[in-house]
Amino acid sequence: MNLEPMQFWTFFFLLLTFGIYIYIAWRSRVKETKEFYVASQGVPTIANGAAVAADWMSAASFIGMAGLIAFLGSDGSVYLMGWTGGYVLLALLLAPYLRKWGKFTVPEFVGDRYSDTVRVVAAICAIVISFTYVVGQMTGGGVVFARFLGLESHWAVVVAAVVIFFYAVLGGMKGITYTQVAQYTVLIIAYLIPAVAVSQQIGGFPVPQVTYGTILAELDALREEFGLHHFTEAFAGRAGGQLDVFLVTMSLMIGTAGLPHVIIRFYTTKTVRGARFSAFWALFFISLLYLTAPAVGAFTKLNLLQGVQGATGEGDLPAWVEPWAETGHVQVNSDGAIDSVSNVQGAADMYVSPDILVLASPEIGGLPAPIIGLMAAGGMAAALSTAAGLLLVISSSASHDIYYRMISKEKASEKTQMLVGRLAMVGAVLVAIIAGLNPPAFVAQVVAFAFGLAASTFFPILILGIFWKRANAKGAAAGMLTGLIFSASYMIYTLPLFGLEANDHIWGISPEGIGTIGAALNFLVTIVVSNLTRPPSEEVQEMVESIRYPAKQQLEAAGKL
Amino acid sequence: MSDVTHEGSSGTAPPADNSWRQRYWKKNVRLMVVLLAIWFTVSFGFGIILIEPLNNIEILGFPLGLWFAQQGSIYTFVVLILVYALWMDRIDKEFGVDEPKGKG
Repeated sequence: MNLEPMQFWTFFFLLLTFGIYIYIAWRSRVKETKEFYVASQGVPTIANGAAVAADWMSAASFIGMAGLIAFLGSDGSVYLMGWTGGYVLLALLLAPYLRKWGKFTVPEFVGDRYSDTVRVVAAICAIVISFTYVVGQMTGGGVVFARFLGLESHWAVVVAAVVIFFYAVLGGMKGITYTQVAQYTVLIIAYLIPAVAVSQQIGGFPVPQVTYGTILAELDALREEFGLHHFTEAFAGRAGGQLDVFLVTMSLMIGTAGLPHVIIRFYTTKTVRGARFSAFWALFFISLLYLTAPAVGAFTKLNLLQGVQGATGEGDLPAWVEPWAETGHVQVNSDGAIDSVSNVQGAADMYVSPDILVLASPEIGGLPAPIIGLMAAGGMAAALSTAAGLLLVISSSASHDIYYRMISKEKASEKTQMLVGRLAMVGAVLVAIIAGLNPPAFVAQVVAFAFGLAASTFFPILILGIFWKRANAKGAAAGMLTGLIFSASYMIYTLPLFGLEANDHIWGISPEGIGTIGAALNFLVTIVVSNLTRPPSEEVQEMVESIRYPAKQQLEAAGKL
Repeated sequence: MSDVTHEGSSGTAPPADNSWRQRYWKKNVRLMVVLLAIWFTVSFGFGIILIEPLNNIEILGFPLGLWFAQQGSIYTFVVLILVYALWMDRIDKEFGVDEPKGKG
C-alpha cells in the first residue's frame, strides 16, 4: 500500500545525497600528500567541527543508540555521556598539543616522541581498531537497504564502497572532510525532523529535549505492564550495576579521546587555536543528536507499546509491524494479545531489535513517506562518513607510517608517496568490501570494544607523552602492551570469541568497561618503567616543551619564509 | 564563531627569558584542573554516583539524576570546551603567544 511512495522517496533522497557527495569530492580532488593526509591544514574551524561530528557519529549512533536507550532506559546514559564526555578530554588534554606537533598521523606522534618500535605497534593498533569499526559501518548500511529498498543488504556494502572509493581515493582528507560537512547536514536534518514532529504529536511542544520529561511517568506505567523495568530507574538496565556503569562510561570517554580517526581530525586545522575551537564545534554539533536521542528512544518506545497494547491478534497489530517482520528485525511469538515486549529473541510475545527503532520511528509515529526516505538517507550518511574517515586512518597508517617512515626510510618522492597512499586506500576499501560481505561472526561485538582497546593503548601514552617529559620509549612500549594484553584477554575471557566459551563477568564488570582498568594499568606500567630506565634525550624533552606554546609555531613559520 | 584576529597583536614575541613559560604553563594547567573537576562532578558525580538520591527531586517530569545523566552532563561538556577555548585565547594573548590568522 504505502510501500510504493516510501521506496520512491528513499531512492530519491539516496540518489540526491550521493550525487552531492560525488560532486563535492570532484571539486576537492587533490595532488599532494599534505592535502591527501591533512587537507593542507586549511580547513575552517566550523567546517572541521561538522566534519568531526559526521566522522564521529557512526551508523551505531544514528541507527542504534536511541533504540538501545529505549530498552536500557536510564542506563543508556553510558553511551550518551561516554561518547560526548571524551571530547572534553580531547579538547583539554590532546587536540591543541597534537596540532602543535603538526604531523600527519597518530603513530607519527608516538614514533617521534618515543621510538620506531612504538611507532610500529601504534600503527598496527590503529589499523586493527579502525578496521573492526569500519566493518560495522558497512553492515549498518545493509539494514537501510534491506528494509526501504527491498534489496539484499549486500548491495548496501557494494554501493557504499563505490561512493567512498570515489571520493576517498580522489580527494583524501580534503575530499572526505568536505563531503562529511554535507553528510553531517543530511544526517542531522534526518534525525531532527521526525523527532520534532513526534514531540509535537505526543507532547504538544516541538522541543523533544523538554517534552520527553512529560511522558516519562506514562512510559514507566506502560513499561511495567509489558514486563519491563522503569525507564527512569537507575542501574536496572545493566547487570553489573553502578560499578559497571561507571567503568563503561569512563572506558568510552577515554576510548573516544584515544581513537585515531578522531584525533587525526585536529591535525587539519590552520592553528592550535583552531584545534580548540574545532573541538567545541564538534561537540556542539554532536550534542544536537545526542541530546535528541534519549527523547527519540522514549517517544518511540511509548508509541510502540501504545500501538501493540490491547491488540488481540496478528491482524490487529499496527501496519509497521509486518514489513519489519519480513526483514526479521521484528518477531511476533503470540497468536493472541501481546503482553510482553523484549529486545531478546524469543524472550517475550514480541521481539523488536533495538537496531531498527530509529529507522522505524517515523513509521511507528505514523509520519509521511518523504520523512521515512530522508531517514534512510541520514542513516547512509552516518555510515558513509564514518567509514571514509576510518579508511583514511587505515591507509595513512599503512602508507605513511609503515611504508614511508619504515620501509622507504623517508626517501620516497612526493609522487611515489601519493601513489602508495592511493593504493593503500584502494586496498583498504577492497578489504572492507570483502569483510562487509562476509562479516566475521564476532565483529559486531568487537566494534564496541574498539573503544576499550583505544582506551587501554593510546590514551595513556599520549597523555604522558605530552604532560610528562620523563616518559620514555621503554615505558610506553611496556605500558601499551600491558594495556592491550590485559583488556584483550578479559574480552576474550568473557565473550564467545574465536570459538571459546564465555565466562562470567568478574565483579559484574562487563568487557566494555574493562578499558578503564586497562588504561590505569597502562599509566602505572609506563610511569614505573620510565622511572627505572634512562630519560629521553634532551632533544625529545625540548620537543615536548615546545608543543605547550602555540607561539613557537609563529616563529618557526616566520623563520621558514 | 569567527576566526578574525587583530593584525596588531601578532608581532609580539614572547619575552626573552624563559620564566614566562612556567607561568603560562601553570595558568594553563590550573584552568585544565578546574574544568576537569567540573567535568567529573557533573557526569560521574551527579549522573552516576549520586543519581539515586537526585532522582527523588523531580523537575518538569524529569527525575534530576536521570536528567543529569542524559541531558545535563552533555550541556555541561559543550560549555566546558567553549570556556576552555575562550579562556586560553585570553591567556595566549596575555603572554603574547597568540597565533596570527591564516597561513603563517
